[in-house]
Amino acid sequence: MADYKTIVKDGLWDNNGVLSMLLGMCPAMAMTTSATNGFGMGLATAVVMAASSLLVAVFRSRITQEVRIPVFILIVAAMVTLVDLAMNAWMHELYKVLGLFIPLIVSNCLPLARLEAFAAKQPPLPAFLDGLFMGAGFTIALTGIGAVREIIGNGTLFADASLLLGPAFKAIEMRILPADTGVLMMVLPPGGFLVTGLLVVVKRMIDLRAGKEIQMGGAHSVA
Amino acid sequence: MNASDTVSAAHTSPPRTYIHAVILGVFCLGFGLLLAITDRLTVEDIAARALDDRQNSLAQVIPDSVHDNNPVTDTIQMTDGHGKEITVYRARKAGKITGVAYEIHGNGYAGEIKLMMGVDSEGKLLGVRPLAHKETPGLGDKIEVKKGDWILRFTGLSLGNPVPERWKVKKDGGEFDQFAGATITPRGVVGAIRGGLEFFAANRAKLTEAN
Repeated sequence: MADYKTIVKDGLWDNNGVLSMLLGMCPAMAMTTSATNGFGMGLATAVVMAASSLLVAVFRSRITQEVRIPVFILIVAAMVTLVDLAMNAWMHELYKVLGLFIPLIVSNCLPLARLEAFAAKQPPLPAFLDGLFMGAGFTIALTGIGAVREIIGNGTLFADASLLLGPAFKAIEMRILPADTGVLMMVLPPGGFLVTGLLVVVKRMIDLRAGKEIQMGGAHSVA
Repeated sequence: MNASDTVSAAHTSPPRTYIHAVILGVFCLGFGLLLAITDRLTVEDIAARALDDRQNSLAQVIPDSVHDNNPVTDTIQMTDGHGKEITVYRARKAGKITGVAYEIHGNGYAGEIKLMMGVDSEGKLLGVRPLAHKETPGLGDKIEVKKGDWILRFTGLSLGNPVPERWKVKKDGGEFDQFAGATITPRGVVGAIRGGLEFFAANRAKLTEAN
């Protein structure tokens, strides 16, 4: 009964966590001062979402309705701590860049929303994929917001990507505008609101043009 | 969602409410155990990485040429004038103290700026590097060595060079450039370095004693 194609499309575009459901706004605005930061935050969130969705789906028949929310939070928090410890110990260079963001995943309501709306009612494989692709959609949205803010605010794109992804990615670090011409406001908090809002509009316009129905707040939004 | 099912089930068998507590307890226990095991597995590696990090930041403010020991493990605890604990890392050559390094703190535009500074036994700056700060990207973050060479200017200076009254940013009548659009960050850094030098001057005997 699981329709994998819909899961992928929902996660990446149709029901995108940030641009359609408007969830996870805190990291979406706070962590997107550059495309690289947005990408890193998205990646860490995707790992946690995939792992916690899988666990919730596995245990879904054992979790009673009354205690489901505390159990979900417990699972998300445990996965976040696990990722935090493992990265600190074994991927230390990456941790120095991303370490700041990882504890923030707990405060992101997107993982919790997907556990409640999807993983709690689905077998493990579709739940895992939903977590993974919702996380991937989150990564795309954050990278996009970060890219726009970085280009306008700082004149660069993917600056410091080699710190996050390794020296091989030095080539994607670009300078789009000459140095010192950036509009600083875009990398400050107001820029986060402006760009996030603009990208939500852009996504809706694309959907409208394609003749899709606009789902305000998303079809699977939580109560 | 089958909230109605659950509600009716609760009506027909009220004593079963304890089951929720058991389920929650079991999950807490299970994940608590998982985290405890992970902590055990990673604790040594994490401590080793933290030591590496400290070594790297020390290597930037104490040049290799002035020491033949490992300053990370050669430390003493001191208290500054405000009763704050300071860990002092000592560089030695042939047993004699050739320099010390310690953390200093300045008030930036967005909270505290943490820096590491190294001073030789004569009270001359070996180097200063920011360890952590939350300054505005593109403005205040030029104190980082990878974003500008402003911080390198301090190497070789001491409390007498320039004279203490000139240990300020230019805007306050001192010697040091502020950045275009950012005065508070350089002011905080200059103040912190000056404070660090004063700490050295006040405790020179204890800092350079080779016990």
